[in-house]
Amino acid sequence: MLARRNPQLNAHGELIHLLSIEGLPRAILTQILDTAGTFLSVNDRDVKKVPLLRGKSVFNLFFENSTRTRTTFEIAAKRLSADVINLDIAKSSASKGESLLDTIANLSAMHADMFVVRHSESGAPYLIAKHCAPHVHVVNAGDGRHAHPTQGLLDMYTIRHYKKSFNELTVAIVGDIVHSRVARSDIHALTTLGVPEIRAVGPKTLVPGDLRDMDVRVCHDMKEGVKGADVVIMLRLQNERMSGAMLPSAGEYFKSYGLTEEVLARAKPDAIVMHPGPINRGVEIDSRVADGAHSVILPQVTFGIAVRMAVMSILAGNDA
Amino acid sequence: MTNLLLDAEALYGELKLGVARLMTPDTVLVGIWSGGAWLAQRLNADLSTGRPVGTISSTLHRDDFGERGLGAVEAATSLPFEIDGARILLIDDVIASGRTIRAVVNELFDYGRPASVELAVMVDRGGRELPVAAAFAAAKLTLPATQRLSLAREPDGRFTFAVKETT
Repeated sequence: MLARRNPQLNAHGELIHLLSIEGLPRAILTQILDTAGTFLSVNDRDVKKVPLLRGKSVFNLFFENSTRTRTTFEIAAKRLSADVINLDIAKSSASKGESLLDTIANLSAMHADMFVVRHSESGAPYLIAKHCAPHVHVVNAGDGRHAHPTQGLLDMYTIRHYKKSFNELTVAIVGDIVHSRVARSDIHALTTLGVPEIRAVGPKTLVPGDLRDMDVRVCHDMKEGVKGADVVIMLRLQNERMSGAMLPSAGEYFKSYGLTEEVLARAKPDAIVMHPGPINRGVEIDSRVADGAHSVILPQVTFGIAVRMAVMSILAGNDA
Repeated sequence: MTNLLLDAEALYGELKLGVARLMTPDTVLVGIWSGGAWLAQRLNADLSTGRPVGTISSTLHRDDFGERGLGAVEAATSLPFEIDGARILLIDDVIASGRTIRAVVNELFDYGRPASVELAVMVDRGGRELPVAAAFAAAKLTLPATQRLSLAREPDGRFTFAVKETT
């Protein structure tokens, strides 16, 4: 039954949940990016708030910690006039033994309209979307190693903002790709939006060879991987996810795969450097690059709010 | 179909005269996206106001968001002047229920507190659902609720009216 409808779309092909970028048509990605552009201008107003989600309740369900992503979702929901309820589930029900679906049933009884879900298990947001009431929308804010679609979309917004189009770009994604849901979401989005060359750069232990199946060029040499790139996306070295000795040491890693000015000089002269944050200075990126003229790491954060406003308002306007 | 023929260019001439009478030395024109924005741009040039012209969208304040969703996102508000204390003349092609005007007035106040807000339209087709009135309407007519009247702009910049059945 592979031909079943994408669970993120309703019968009219409209977005009702955002669970993964994989399988979403280009038109929907473009719609989200265009809408985010409108919301970016809300920052220029005296009143930085629009009433689209007035009277709606957005529940931030973070089964796994993340200050930054949770905060930007909270700001986005508040700018749309929603009521925001933050639940630090890691410390509450789950630790008392309540099942995920019982937690969701309870929160639905509190009249939730939207769940923003982060979970360490891949697929948890799918399970919630499958079992929640038809009027409830689910946004995946990062599940396991699987997907982080709003990060992928804000990365696409950033690239389009600086590079205008996707058709002729070379994008290098560097670092801990095997553990990275950001990398996976970026690769799906870049492919759908028509980027001709996507490179995955890093040591063999962190860059799986099966990426070649996703039409990605795998590169284990940093200088070669960055050469001629328009966009360099650095990933955080995820120490907390690493089990076993996949790397000799952080210092050794920086020597081979850290982004320094010298390495960046091999990219295009107008290349941009991105990072989903939080950055580890001196581990995957040198401070002079992180704070340098090519870095767009802080604009990414600003764009992230507009992109999350776009996603939430598009979902809220579509019925199951 | 309607046997009523609306000459949009003739109505534009009427609108221009009406708007000229409403203008004060510091009035700024703000067109409601999309038809009103075209009108405001042409009026601003034809009346040689020497001031920038604004565009305003009802998208983020619409009251039917729940049923219709977000709609066209190219409809962005652009107000390249100070709103606090400004004398604003809103321009639209057609007024009916008055709901768009309610939404754009809310949108306008997100940018500041204007001294006054007035409205001039090409066609007032009746059917008001809110206590909203235009200071000037080039034409008043009654159309069945099933007919949608909207302004179109030809490639050469000339205006025409299109009437569509929406049943």
